[in-house]
Amino acid sequence: MRKIYYALKYVCIAALVISLVALLAVVAYVLINGLDKLSFHLVFGEYDPNMPTLLPALVGTLQLIGVAAIIAIPIGVASAIFLVEYTNNKGKFVKIVQVAAETLAGIPSIVYGLFGYLIFVVAFGWGYSIIGGGITLAIMILPTIVRSTQESLLSVQGGLREGAYALGTSKVRTIFRIVLPSAAGGIVTAIILAIGRVVSESAVLILTIGMVVNKVPETLMSPGTSLALDIYYFASHGYPNEAAATAVVLLVFVILLNLLAGWIGNMIKKSTYGDAK
Amino acid sequence: MNEFIGSMNITAKGCNLYYGDFHALKDINIEIPEKQVTALIGPSGCGKSTFLKIFNRMNDLVEGCRIEGEYHIGGIDIFDKETDVNILRKNVGMVFQKPNPFPMSIYDNIAFAPRTFGITKKSKLDEIVEQSLRRASIWDEVKDRLRKNALGMSGGQQQRLCIARSLAASPKVLLMDEPTSALDPISTGKIEELMEELKKDLTIVIVTHNMQQATRIADKTAFFLLGELVEYGNTDDIFTSPRDERTERYITGRFG
Amino acid sequence: MRGVFLFSAIFSILALATITVFLFVSGVPFIAKTGFAKFLFGSDWSPLADEPSYGIFPMIVATLYVTALSVLIGVGIGLLTAIALYKFCPKKLVTPIRHMINLLAGIPSVIFGLFGMTVIVPFVRDYVSPTGVGYGIFSASLVLAIMILPTIVSVSLDSLNSVPNTYYEGALALGATKEQATFKIMLPSAKSGIFAGVVLAIGRAIGETMAVIMVIGGSPEMPESMFQSVRTMTANIAMGALELDDNTRTALIATGVVLFVFTLILNISFSLLKKDSSEKKEKRGAKK
Repeated sequence: MRKIYYALKYVCIAALVISLVALLAVVAYVLINGLDKLSFHLVFGEYDPNMPTLLPALVGTLQLIGVAAIIAIPIGVASAIFLVEYTNNKGKFVKIVQVAAETLAGIPSIVYGLFGYLIFVVAFGWGYSIIGGGITLAIMILPTIVRSTQESLLSVQGGLREGAYALGTSKVRTIFRIVLPSAAGGIVTAIILAIGRVVSESAVLILTIGMVVNKVPETLMSPGTSLALDIYYFASHGYPNEAAATAVVLLVFVILLNLLAGWIGNMIKKSTYGDAK
Repeated sequence: MNEFIGSMNITAKGCNLYYGDFHALKDINIEIPEKQVTALIGPSGCGKSTFLKIFNRMNDLVEGCRIEGEYHIGGIDIFDKETDVNILRKNVGMVFQKPNPFPMSIYDNIAFAPRTFGITKKSKLDEIVEQSLRRASIWDEVKDRLRKNALGMSGGQQQRLCIARSLAASPKVLLMDEPTSALDPISTGKIEELMEELKKDLTIVIVTHNMQQATRIADKTAFFLLGELVEYGNTDDIFTSPRDERTERYITGRFG
Repeated sequence: MRGVFLFSAIFSILALATITVFLFVSGVPFIAKTGFAKFLFGSDWSPLADEPSYGIFPMIVATLYVTALSVLIGVGIGLLTAIALYKFCPKKLVTPIRHMINLLAGIPSVIFGLFGMTVIVPFVRDYVSPTGVGYGIFSASLVLAIMILPTIVSVSLDSLNSVPNTYYEGALALGATKEQATFKIMLPSAKSGIFAGVVLAIGRAIGETMAVIMVIGGSPEMPESMFQSVRTMTANIAMGALELDDNTRTALIATGVVLFVFTLILNISFSLLKKDSSEKKEKRGAKK
């Protein structure tokens, strides 16, 4: 029997190697295959059907980030504040919100896309628009922001709140001046990670912003495209080189966001807590 | 009205407190004199901390907590509709068992309460910060690093900072919930000296587990047991000639 | 202020309710009109024909195949990877590898799709496929398996790490080898957490769109081989959205309703599992 388990150990190590190789292969392939196809014109140039560029996608992506962030951050953070500071994170209402958030988190992105299509494109009559896509993305990332903010708020020591109340501080001032600053590191990390999801998402956008790859959106009501959507467009419309190069841009963007998330969070933690924590 | 004025003695009449179904404090009547140190002693879970927290209404934050009785500080009914709980807490400071400095600079910690109550002028804040730190006799140790994070201080310093932070709200009463139980003997000594000094202008009520501490600092002592106030009187009398047998058994260390 | 916070908290509930209502109101009548059984179990999908027919059974079957296969591969390798990281890997390497895997969890699915389309599909076509077709369930499952690996590794590792180390020491004290203790004691104790991870992975596999449409081929045909162009439900919605006009899009919404119900069922079982495991944890804590 012992021999079997001993052999299993090597199977595990083999699996570890396979996992790492597979995942790193994706990254390496994207970088090696795409880097030499990257050019200044491709990223920042004017769009031309023979020489497509990412400019519309860059603008579109930034606009999507803006719309999603403006909606999801305040609602998500405020919602977590309500759950943790006003209901003690207990009780029926919290349970219901929790279940709703978990269910929202489990909905496939393409279903969000259908919803965004139904409500913004059809019901509101906006047609395909950046703003419709951005709002749909905001709803999609909301559960993550709520949950991580909740965790950050719960990790703030109760003694700080008591200390503030004992000085005659109102609840709202305690929340804004003591609790939120103490939890800021974790909250900011969560927000940046959520922005990473906005940048990565593409299925939602097919149905909401319209994949118009050749025009920089004039207003938020215009249709548009994003970096992730461009990759799909290029790959399926006979622009393999552009797809490969765009993948580099998107991959680097997302990895930087992820690294930045942890780094900024730690910086904030250090500046609030000093070296003590 | 932001300030309590006049004499600052504290009274509780017919005090009963429940956590849900649990009857935590039973029929307590007490009169605590101003500008003295009064110690609340008793075994863990006897209700002394709970009782202390009535006077700045910190129990309001506890779910399912119900309080009966009449409570006055310097003639003001603290549960009256007219009494603003935040003004009450400004005037009745509290120091907790575990030092809880805010994660910000030493200066901002002290200036927190004055800013809450609308003082924004830099020179005025500077003055309050220095004065409060001096009164908590920690000024000399921190005057060169007021902008440093308060969490970088030692535990004893943090606790004196928390006292200074309370003093900056210019309270008339100071409630202390086992303020030295997490500290070493030297820091404890410093805080006890400080209380001796502070009682010249403040009414101090302290919960303590440490009976020696009560004999050292308290003018009056109240002994709590299982939610009841068993005995209350001058500290000397309580410790030398207790009237109740339970008090005697507790102070001679036979239970608790 | 409390009102503002309260409203925000209600927002999630409102959003969920709106999504559900909109989908069902637009999708269910379509399913009813087509015929419930005909829609779910019909095998002909030709919305653009003169006499349109809407049967999504091939897509349901393809979805189940792709999900099952990718989860099988992904969980198999991912769980073993987690075990390796848990006990059989130099301590110095564990943290950097974890960080790296977490980072890779953030790779956009469209990039996995691109990788699948340009590397895996040609490879499968040339070296694996008996039919000479690279697109299909096999390629899609491989791509998805790689994609869900990071999730499975981190969830499994977390649940292994949350098993009290005293169990391990106890087993060693009874004379078990390091390997026996890991496989016979620690792994079973982490069971419920690992199951939760598997359910999470299933959810991601069922719901994934981009990585799938780039490698699955896209013909709405009944899967008969793993190397044949088919479509999953998600692919049906995305591809349909690009092909159809607004009138026939209701058919996609109906597909979305079915997908939504699938994920709801999955979610409910997930929360039941989680409840179960947290109850167990409490019991474990009480015993200690």
